[in-house]
Amino acid sequence: MSKRKILIVDDEVSVRQSLQEWFLEDAFDVETAEDGAVALRKMDAGPYDIILLDLKMPGMDGITVQKRIRDVDKDACIIILTAYASVETAVEALKLGAFDYVTKPVDPDDLSNLVKNALRQRELSEENVRLKEKVSELAQATPIIGESPKMQRVFELIRTVAETDSTVVIRGESGTGKELIARAIHAQSKRRFFPIVAVNAGSIPETLLESELFGHEKGAFTGAQYRRKGKIELAHGGTLFLDEIGDITGKMQIDLLRVLETKRFTRLGGNQEITSDFRLVCATHKNLEQLVQGGDFREDLYYRINVFSIEIPPLRERTRDIPSLAQHFIAAYARAMGKPVRSLSPEAQQLLEAYRWPGNVRELENAIERAMVIGKGTTIEPEDLPLRAGSEENQLSDRSLADMERVHIERVLDELDGNITQAARVLGIDRATLYNKLKRYGIRR
Amino acid sequence: MAGSIYLAYLNGYLPRWVTVLDRGIADVFPFPVRRLELHLDLHATFSPDRKQYHATLLLAGLLRHLPEPESKILGVTAVDLYAPVLTFVFGQSQLDGAGAVISTYRLRQEYYGLRDDEGLLIDRAVKEAVHELGHAFGLVHCPDFECVMRASSSIEEVDLKRSTFCPACLAELEASSAWR
Repeated sequence: MSKRKILIVDDEVSVRQSLQEWFLEDAFDVETAEDGAVALRKMDAGPYDIILLDLKMPGMDGITVQKRIRDVDKDACIIILTAYASVETAVEALKLGAFDYVTKPVDPDDLSNLVKNALRQRELSEENVRLKEKVSELAQATPIIGESPKMQRVFELIRTVAETDSTVVIRGESGTGKELIARAIHAQSKRRFFPIVAVNAGSIPETLLESELFGHEKGAFTGAQYRRKGKIELAHGGTLFLDEIGDITGKMQIDLLRVLETKRFTRLGGNQEITSDFRLVCATHKNLEQLVQGGDFREDLYYRINVFSIEIPPLRERTRDIPSLAQHFIAAYARAMGKPVRSLSPEAQQLLEAYRWPGNVRELENAIERAMVIGKGTTIEPEDLPLRAGSEENQLSDRSLADMERVHIERVLDELDGNITQAARVLGIDRATLYNKLKRYGIRR
Repeated sequence: MAGSIYLAYLNGYLPRWVTVLDRGIADVFPFPVRRLELHLDLHATFSPDRKQYHATLLLAGLLRHLPEPESKILGVTAVDLYAPVLTFVFGQSQLDGAGAVISTYRLRQEYYGLRDDEGLLIDRAVKEAVHELGHAFGLVHCPDFECVMRASSSIEEVDLKRSTFCPACLAELEASSAWR
């Protein structure tokens, strides 16, 4: 366990010395400062577990120093030392968030208990943050459902890569569940006891993304009122999931490449080098190779991240998984909404299987949620499903025999991983006939 | 450490149980224990406002009487000691240094309005002496409730602990260069 750090701010040298000796014997890492300016400079080196602050000092008084310390570290645990028991100043200090105040000279037993309580509160507060992150992580740990051969292959790839420390690129259309795959990799890796920190690069402007990833010092830009740790720093020991990596700008690509190579960076507006040991898992719905060819994505970064690639198939290529996915969402929303819905009617299931799901699993989940809201009884019926108007697949009664044939051929091919010989056998036609039909319907394998 | 541990009884304070304290120290530390009687300028360390003696200044005066460089010296006094920011201290030492001082003033039952108990006073004095010397040998406070290096800022906490080191502190001492 690293030493606890304490900063003693008092203009009296004898007070600083005696407190320093007291806390050194208690195995603290002790720093002293004779005034507010020195204290604030020392704060730049990093946060302290406890700050003992004299109220009456020449120059900047204790209350002002307390405000300035809070500007640098809003979670600082400050104990006010005062020679005069002034209720007004003590109340003001407490209002500003001081942990407590003591009058000098202080009874050793009181000081000892006060410091123990302050440390306990700080530990609880840090534990609270960690637990919240963990709860949030667990809450999002939705199981990945997939019995189809394509998803079984994805699971196999996750198992293979998880225990290594390699960078992974997850590719797939929007809504296929790329973040779930990233979380599964993290959960099966040796980094699983540390956080997985997700950043969606596609939804944040470049300037904000820089601050989001690298953090910033107080005053680094307008509105930077506090020092803030970036996601890379927060991912120390764990995994950084960078979604939509294909959307980041050239400058960010350079910065990211540098961090990946050195694991070091500085916060915006800062000059202290920070080291973070993290594993990168990134995702994109774009074709990275095309972006590299077009000059929109750096080739060196491409080779740095493309160590291991996992392709998630779109839902329309794994229709076999639709019933179990739908059943999973029904059970989850029934619990959340307190509704008695238990299943899909055969007609509703047929409708779901025939639909092409351009929004993939996310669209399926939304469709089930809506059906659960408007549906009555214990079964979801076709009329409860909000499938896109005009979509050819959800208008079964209006569809020609040729349409149905095309959909059926696509489904059989998907389930057999595109194996023509096996598909022809299942469909009861010879391979040449199947080839002709693929050509006629424009089906690509 | 090639030298000895000197127990320096200050300004005429020589309680009749000094041999018990000498033996208590010798039982714990594997070094020769020698007795000194010293007269320091206590007046210079006295605070008229507080009616107490400045432990840090007293310790600085004591260190000037260190008989040999490779030794440790422990001052034993009956006056009430303080550190500037604290209302009192049972003792003070130089962490990983040559000297320490303890006061028996607040180790006496009479201080707490209770009947004199010399046995308890000796027990407390041995614990405080070993504790402060432990700091001088480089030990910091120990989380073990019974270890003599447990921090004790009240007399009840002094009574709770034993006068010996826990296995972890002893191992640390034995591994240190000061112990050899």
